[in-house]
Amino acid sequence: MFGYEFYIDPERCIGCQACINACAECDTHRGVPMITVDFLDRANSIATVPAICMHCDDPTCAEVCPADAIKKGEDGVVQSALKPRCVACNNCVLACPFGIPKMMTKLELMMKCDMCYDRTSVGKRPMCATVCPSQALAYVTPETIARERREKPVNVFRFGNETVTTKVFMMVPPGETAVTVDVVDFMWETPETPETWR
Amino acid sequence: MADLPRPYNDLLDRYGPHLSYEPPGGYSEQRANPPDRLVKTHCCFCGQQCGIQLKVRGNEVVGFEPWEEFPFNQGMLCPKGVRRYLQSAHPDRLLDPLLRTPEGFKTATWDESLDFTVRRLREIQEKHGKDAVAIYGGASLTSEKSYLLGKFARVALGTRHIDYNGRLCMVSAGTAYKLAFGVDRSPNPWADIPKAQVIFVIGANIAECAPITTQYIWRCRDAGGRLIVADPRMTPITRNADLYLPLRPGTDLALLMGMLHVVLRDNLQDQDFIAAHTSGFEQVAESVRAWDPERAARITGVPPEAIEKAAHWIAEAERAITLHARGLEHQSKGVENCLAVINLSLATGNIGREGAGCMMVTGQGNGQGGREHGQKCDQLPGQRSISDPAAREHVAKVWGITPEEIPQAGLSAVEIMEAIHRGEIKALLSICFNPLVSLPDAHYVREALSKLEFFGVVDFFLSETAHHADVVLAGSLQEEEEGIVCSAEGRVIHIQKAVDPPGNAWTDSRIYIELARRLGKEKYFPYTSSRQIYDELREASRGGHADYSGITYEKIDQNMGVFWPCPDVPGGDHPGTPRLFEGGRFFHPDGKARFVVTDWRESGDPIAEDFPIFLTTGRVVSQYLSGTQTRRIGPLVDQFPGPRVEIHPRLAQEHGIVDGDPVTVTTRRDAMTVPALVVRTIRPDTVFIAYHWPGNRSANKLTHRTLDPRSKIPEFKVSACRIEKAPGSGLRVVR
Repeated sequence: MFGYEFYIDPERCIGCQACINACAECDTHRGVPMITVDFLDRANSIATVPAICMHCDDPTCAEVCPADAIKKGEDGVVQSALKPRCVACNNCVLACPFGIPKMMTKLELMMKCDMCYDRTSVGKRPMCATVCPSQALAYVTPETIARERREKPVNVFRFGNETVTTKVFMMVPPGETAVTVDVVDFMWETPETPETWR
Repeated sequence: MADLPRPYNDLLDRYGPHLSYEPPGGYSEQRANPPDRLVKTHCCFCGQQCGIQLKVRGNEVVGFEPWEEFPFNQGMLCPKGVRRYLQSAHPDRLLDPLLRTPEGFKTATWDESLDFTVRRLREIQEKHGKDAVAIYGGASLTSEKSYLLGKFARVALGTRHIDYNGRLCMVSAGTAYKLAFGVDRSPNPWADIPKAQVIFVIGANIAECAPITTQYIWRCRDAGGRLIVADPRMTPITRNADLYLPLRPGTDLALLMGMLHVVLRDNLQDQDFIAAHTSGFEQVAESVRAWDPERAARITGVPPEAIEKAAHWIAEAERAITLHARGLEHQSKGVENCLAVINLSLATGNIGREGAGCMMVTGQGNGQGGREHGQKCDQLPGQRSISDPAAREHVAKVWGITPEEIPQAGLSAVEIMEAIHRGEIKALLSICFNPLVSLPDAHYVREALSKLEFFGVVDFFLSETAHHADVVLAGSLQEEEEGIVCSAEGRVIHIQKAVDPPGNAWTDSRIYIELARRLGKEKYFPYTSSRQIYDELREASRGGHADYSGITYEKIDQNMGVFWPCPDVPGGDHPGTPRLFEGGRFFHPDGKARFVVTDWRESGDPIAEDFPIFLTTGRVVSQYLSGTQTRRIGPLVDQFPGPRVEIHPRLAQEHGIVDGDPVTVTTRRDAMTVPALVVRTIRPDTVFIAYHWPGNRSANKLTHRTLDPRSKIPEFKVSACRIEKAPGSGLRVVR
């Protein structure tokens, strides 16, 4: 859908799994959900977090694929592996910085979220974001998200020395410009730092 | 009937619950043979009544599609809504009437089963009097079916005993709202929730039991609103609470009186509103004078500072909304709890305005509409009191009988079980109700069923309760009969018929009409369509508080629902009433709201040395009520396969319990063994078990029958128990 973007706000997630159930009902993958919802730490919290494919601008999964089975469309959507090409090697599963692709061992095929290509291409919103009762998953225009939310969308993720930009946005507290996960990014390092301190 | 007609496992093998995972023909059939139409209707489950489109192929529901234009949920659904279509075309579906024989249930013709039912009902009424027969209804039925059932009980059978499983849902709130406001409905539409500056959620597991309401609350926070949550457990919405009040089960009243004490002590009340629009304030002010925050804190286990802060946030806000549900209402002082919420709203002037009010979150599909039109033991259609002579006269006229022929109020759901035990009620006809799972003290319910001389059931699946029936009449699913329901916010909406009942199953209405005919009362039941029943319901409701006379099927479709009251004014253009009490006008004859004094008292099953821990029960997001439908839907069962007992690590450690250990929970009634879920999200003096399952997995084996004296709701939310680690390291799941 032109002008619409995908936003994830884990803070809104209530762990109901409507997204998982709705994803499984999408016509293209016949009962198999391409989304996960997990408790962060059930013993200590009720917090849950949904995970979908972030659709990287420069997808690592495609780069490491020896069979050239993973394609990114002009719309920025990174597709599931192509059945005739995929050799089920698991490179993509291991390489994805977000841990998204799943190997369907029975099918010998990597499958992941393709942002409901069959729906978005005909003007419908993706299943998960349509049904999500907390709108932790939202498929709306940037204007809508700017108007309605306090949190700000970012699509830059820093994993140490690697920066990944994505089609999907993550909602973060105002003032943040990127999601930074590696302690290295917060350190002060110079070439003169003594070897033993490194 | 006492014993099961066959061993329990034989019944399970034949009638389920079996798990349905795929649409008819499987997912590949969906692609090869797409659905031929989409039917815009509503989810069959909870009181949110989300708009949904059902995919239909031939006479089968084969999938769903979000309905984004419906304003309440805009396409949003919970997992139950997404998978609800899997109940259609289900292998467990009853396709014929069943008669009990010594060899088990046998398939019967409609003539055989209806004649048998009518013969037994007549024999028992002739021998023991009309009131020896009782009717149980269900809050999932459309308003047409509820209306028909109420009329069937009072006109065709002439019994005063008809009640319904809404008795386990909304009656405490309904009673309180009637006392205080003169009417039983949530005063505000859901669209008001995001407009509030403070949302106070007390005793309501919004995320799991009314999931769509989550987005309304999050939108309030998006706009800068603050969220207060009071619950013994950190339910999922607590993750974003600005203030969390972890109160002990059953102490809501102390918390609310403590909060009102603070409001009045600090002179934060809305004196102008109180003076102009209420009565009884002085007595209530006097009654909370002794409830200083320290006293409330000692009882509730919530810090006094937190009680003060909650009171100040609500009183100092321009607009505050309180949302409450079964946590507050499932108590032997459920009505007082709701009255205390109302007192707080009235004292702070939070009522009758956009973004300001107190709202009950109705749990059952047609919990609101079902009770308005006649299956509640003390109400006639239009939310009229059955003891009001004017109401009796109006309804008698619509029904074509004399007012004297309408029986007086009968017994409530749990009281009917007690009357069966006493031998006063000998026959029970039950529709859409699974009391063996949903009523407290399951052992007592099973005993009652064994004392019945006749037990008839109308249902689409053979529930655990129906195992005990003499006759089972194969009725219809929600998607098989047109009708209207009223959602939690008071919006009357249109349920579309998507398919015909399969096999030899009948619509529920046809069953009641045919029973009435065989009872010789056909002239009072001349209907050939849902619309005819509805048009009569509109007349019966005319002039009542729940006035539907101006609401037609067409008007509902044009407006995506109409809020009652909606009288039939000349021109037919009454817009309905989304918000009640605007301008401070209430439904009592003097137009004023009433403050009602509340008294603190202990639970009916108090904590003691041998039962030192609170047990509270509730629901999980993927199951609905007694699970008759949702325990047959594979993905919903996989999401939460069975009950676990939630225990805080501090309590678990005292008993040497680790996560996953089998734990025996014992109350004054019974004991059950369930795996532990050791979590820091529950008070250490409290354990929680969800109640959706039967037999050995039924939390209602443990609960007690203490009722609220006014609403007759059972005290599901507060029992006293003890726990111990059971032998063995894992637990076999028993169906």
